[in-house]
Amino acid sequence: MNTASLAASYLRARPLQTALSLLLLALGAGTIVALLLVVGQIEARMGRDARGIDLVVGAKGSPMQLILSGIYHADAPTGNVPLATVELLRKNRMVKRAIPLALGDSWKGYRIVGAPQEYLDLYGVAFASGKSFAGEMEAVLGHDVAARTGAGVGARFAGAHGVGGEGEAHAEAYTVVGVLERTGSVLDRLVLTSIESVWEVHQHQGGKEAEREVTVVLVQYASPLAAAMLPRQINAQSGLQAASPAYETARLFRIVGVGIEALRAFAVVLILAAGLSVFIALYTALEERRYDLAVMRTLGASPARLFGLLLAEGLVLALVGVLLGVALGHGLAAALGVWLEAQQQYPVSGLVFRSEELWVVAVALGVGLAAALVPAWRAYRTDVAGTLSRG
Amino acid sequence: MIAVRNLVHQYEGTRALSVAQWEAATGSRWLVLGPSGSGKTTFLHILAGLVRPTAGEVVVERKEIHSLSNAERDRWRGANVGIVLQALHLVPHLSARDNLRLAQYLARVPQQDAAVTSALAALGVGDKAARRPHQLSQGEQQRVAIARAVVNGPKLLLADEPTANLDDAAAARAVDLLITAADRRGATLVIATHDSRVKQHFSNTLQL
Repeated sequence: MNTASLAASYLRARPLQTALSLLLLALGAGTIVALLLVVGQIEARMGRDARGIDLVVGAKGSPMQLILSGIYHADAPTGNVPLATVELLRKNRMVKRAIPLALGDSWKGYRIVGAPQEYLDLYGVAFASGKSFAGEMEAVLGHDVAARTGAGVGARFAGAHGVGGEGEAHAEAYTVVGVLERTGSVLDRLVLTSIESVWEVHQHQGGKEAEREVTVVLVQYASPLAAAMLPRQINAQSGLQAASPAYETARLFRIVGVGIEALRAFAVVLILAAGLSVFIALYTALEERRYDLAVMRTLGASPARLFGLLLAEGLVLALVGVLLGVALGHGLAAALGVWLEAQQQYPVSGLVFRSEELWVVAVALGVGLAAALVPAWRAYRTDVAGTLSRG
Repeated sequence: MIAVRNLVHQYEGTRALSVAQWEAATGSRWLVLGPSGSGKTTFLHILAGLVRPTAGEVVVERKEIHSLSNAERDRWRGANVGIVLQALHLVPHLSARDNLRLAQYLARVPQQDAAVTSALAALGVGDKAARRPHQLSQGEQQRVAIARAVVNGPKLLLADEPTANLDDAAAARAVDLLITAADRRGATLVIATHDSRVKQHFSNTLQL
């Protein structure tokens, strides 16, 4: 027998109150941990996807839409811009790199991206099999695309018009020449080909001269000075707009952030309610335990040990509750990950650990300890002789 | 040996307990007699070091227990005093065995299952070790309570009204169990009671 097992025996003796405290604590801690994991992973992923891209240039429209479609491939493109725009940007002294992308088609819900080799280099890709596209109508599959569709090198497929996956199929067929290793970036979910191949597909369809267009141009600045001047220069031109990924994602997180903050506040309320529940459970039990406490004194326990016993009960409750909560949080993140993956969205894993979780554990233990302080003090003050002579 | 000298204790405002001189040889059996409210329970609490007297000394085995620090006195009590309370007060959610382990744990003596098993067996409840108090009869509970009081081998075994609410046969058996348990350990037995049925077993009495 030790303090922890004795404390646990008292907690087991009151299963309902103990379960309520554990439930509240586990829900509160679980919500916070799940938020930490999901938001953390999505932020990290979005940062990785946008690394090396300072500006996205495309057709006029919503700047956020431009970022979402141009970098994250999660929204419809805003429209096309003339190919000449790329040359114009490349000649600009403030531009280090300008990578044009041709978007608009998809295969089985995965977007087909016409891009120069530079785009693949930007994410530092490695090939699991095959090689990069070179000739016309050659395509490279991202890791997830190959894994999900089962297609490999040599497979042939036709793209469909539109990014939703339900558009009319094109007649021309792509041939898979390579499959990428997992990059942990948006490339895992893309079908990559040359811009010329995308043009080729569309020449036969509409047959307009205007097909020699690109959808977005990803720009890397040559100097920090460009951040102040280049967007203004571009936005002044009719038909073009420039959007900053850093600014737009920050704006996106501010909008989504309200919901996250609300959830977080709710979780904090749950943890405080758990603390209150621990306090009430321990405090109300003191009345029926006063003989036990007095008897423990007769058996040689000092008042300090009774104080410690009650604190231990608060701590054991908090520890078990928060561990359940951490497990719950990881379970929630994993469940959300499964759902998001089915939606071809950002993959979220429940098997990632973050150092902030230790803070959640520490705060929960603090709450358990604080909730036990007053009951522990009353146990410390147990009047042995008075209690025992009354009965 | 236990010696009490010039003991005065005021309690509950106006009442006073006073014992000028009392000595009990090691291994002797004593009855503390007196009507309700005469301070028998308080006297036991003072002997056990649970209550500090207003004045006077309590010397147990050459140690004046009320001059010890609070922590020292708690440890001394755990190792040297066994107390059987009138209402027994076994910890309700712990098995008989765990009630005895609790006594070892709180007294900070080595937790030996052999000592627990033999203490329960000596009181005839060896086969009830896994039961909780509510699964035991009143008589069995009393045996477990006595076993808990003696499991650490106390020098002093105190019992407060052990025969209250018991019929003649049960009362005689309870006193017999206490005497046997004290004798086996060589402990000094002090029973506080106002029950005249108990007197026949004792030659030493202290009237309060």
